[in-house]
Amino acid sequence: MAETHSVIGTKNKKGQTYTDTWKMMNEAPRTPSFYTGSEVIKEAIRRASCDVMIAYPITPQSEAAALIGELFAEGYIGDYFRGESEFAVMSQCAGAAFGGARVFTTTAGPGTMRAMENFPMWAGARLPIQMIVTCRGINSPLSIQPDTLEIAYLLNTGMLVWHAETAQDFFDWILKGYMVSEEPDVHLPLALCCDGFFVTHTKDVVNLTPADMCLPPYDPYRSPVPCMDMECPPVRMMRDPFVMKSNYISYATHASWQQEIWAAVERSRKHSIKWLNGLIDAENTDAEIMIVASGTAVSQGREAIRLLEDEGVRCGLVKVKTLRPWPEEEIREATKNAKHIFVPEFNVTGWLAKEIKATIPNHHRVHAGPHVCGGMTMPPEIIVSEIKTALGMKTFSLAGRGS
Amino acid sequence: MSKERIQISEALYDIMPSDYQDLVKNATYGKEDRGWKDIGNTKELIEQHSLCAGCPESMAFRYILASLPNPEDTVMVGSTGCTSLVFPMVAVHNIHSLFGNQNAIASGLKRALSVRFPGRVKDVVVLAGDGATVDIGLDMTLQAWFRQEKFTTICFDNELYANTGGQESGLMQKGFVAKMAPVGKLFDKVRLPEIARESGCHYVVNCTVSKPSLVEKVIRNAVHIAREIGPTYLQLYTPCILEIGKNSMEGLQEMRDSEKPTERFAYKEYISEPAKQLLAELAAKDKERKAAAKQLAGQA
Repeated sequence: MAETHSVIGTKNKKGQTYTDTWKMMNEAPRTPSFYTGSEVIKEAIRRASCDVMIAYPITPQSEAAALIGELFAEGYIGDYFRGESEFAVMSQCAGAAFGGARVFTTTAGPGTMRAMENFPMWAGARLPIQMIVTCRGINSPLSIQPDTLEIAYLLNTGMLVWHAETAQDFFDWILKGYMVSEEPDVHLPLALCCDGFFVTHTKDVVNLTPADMCLPPYDPYRSPVPCMDMECPPVRMMRDPFVMKSNYISYATHASWQQEIWAAVERSRKHSIKWLNGLIDAENTDAEIMIVASGTAVSQGREAIRLLEDEGVRCGLVKVKTLRPWPEEEIREATKNAKHIFVPEFNVTGWLAKEIKATIPNHHRVHAGPHVCGGMTMPPEIIVSEIKTALGMKTFSLAGRGS
Repeated sequence: MSKERIQISEALYDIMPSDYQDLVKNATYGKEDRGWKDIGNTKELIEQHSLCAGCPESMAFRYILASLPNPEDTVMVGSTGCTSLVFPMVAVHNIHSLFGNQNAIASGLKRALSVRFPGRVKDVVVLAGDGATVDIGLDMTLQAWFRQEKFTTICFDNELYANTGGQESGLMQKGFVAKMAPVGKLFDKVRLPEIARESGCHYVVNCTVSKPSLVEKVIRNAVHIAREIGPTYLQLYTPCILEIGKNSMEGLQEMRDSEKPTERFAYKEYISEPAKQLLAELAAKDKERKAAAKQLAGQA
């Protein structure tokens, strides 16, 4: 049954000390290390006290999923195996979480789409699974290149959705993510997204917490719904199964349950603000021109701002860290002085711009773009060009069209 | 979990639902020789169900729940269909998540329970219809067997999609006219028992639920073998009397007719060598236990 004493300060079988997460993340010494994004995922999971990880190969997350297998072989994870497809893997993750395990998995692109039926089920069953999404194209013809369109499909599943910019975000947010999603008043799955290849396959200096410290274990008896392990009384959940009935009670049950999921997403707000130091980061919010972005588009936006400064154009920046919960108030406040809001995105539909337009007053201020898609990189120059064009400034052609 | 775990606080006793009071007083949790004969004498682990009158699936549910060797530490996994109308009234933890993913859920669940409760018995039993097991979920059914996941898969074979109104399924007989098979089904009943054997199941039985004692035997064998050795599979004929045009009273006869030696539900079993050895050991222990009990009774 529920832990009646704290395990903080005791050691796990690998000799790591269960450490208060706040102290581990904010006070423990950090070691700068030069790692790929995939290696950073491994290092975060080494410290995450995970019970079960389930893997499936798909570019560009395969390396991370395989590296976590090495952690299992070393004894850092309770169980690990390769499932047969993403749909099966996400169901296996659900089974493990129903059984009271802290669960981790990774996926990408078409795999995310194949598994999609599971995600509203995860949220509805209040399973705090963490899933890394290393975004890639979902279009036909086949593509393995980075493209963030799949995030748009996750936004209405009831999952928490965060969008990491850098490998450092990744390291910190994997660990902090469990703290938010396992709160009893949240207890929802987290899709922790990043732009594939740009984050997973490049090396960066990441400040790691000590390898001999790890998160406190997950306590499934803090869940708002019973853990399916026959360690608590098997209460008959329903007298009259409402699954397929068409009556008022059935409608009311489903309606209130759905509302509760979204209320739990809202309740995650306060925890996310605490752990992520706000749902957004904002710079120069007094500027008349703002760039609002998530993921690596933030990094490119930052470079564009530097280039614009050289030309005497002042531009502010909003980095959106959480997409669910959606930082509505924060974005309104940060963009209240802006006359022009640019939203650079690595996808063709511009889902982030649509979200922002639906959020702020005077949404004609939003310029949805620039967009790149299909794996194209986003040179800061095209952001600069988009901004200067909108402002009526002279721009140079970035690429000749043969004319 | 022991029966002590479900005790009710004295102060709250009178406000607890009567079926819960019953469960605490009269359930067969922890009883070593529990079985179908307990039905009617002790608290059953299934409350009123909302299946059709005379539905053989409801009989199967009662026999199975009475026969589980270790219900106090058993978690069941269901799937979408008529069974999902019953599970909410079942007094063992059970999971419904999606249609067809039951063996994937059970794989994750069993592994999580093994990580969390090392050295303790936690049985996992999947119970789903033939559409879930053989059609939409076949991939996950087989892959769990290939991986030698240690849980029991029970398929309630009613040879069609009953809950959605009688459509063709893979386990339907060839030639049967049904919705979505307007000129009769064009291919043979899928031979899942043989496929189960080839896929690594250590115990496979194909039968009807006409005889409660037989259901008890195969359930106990399947759960014990899954616990100790590897995957087991039971395919039980639970005809949908509604969709094959029978009356409430005719379910039992339908099963008896279908289990004759030349019929498709004639009793068939496969037991792997390690499973045979385990069953022999269990039988010897059982004999010893009964002899000891007899001796004890004689002394008294």
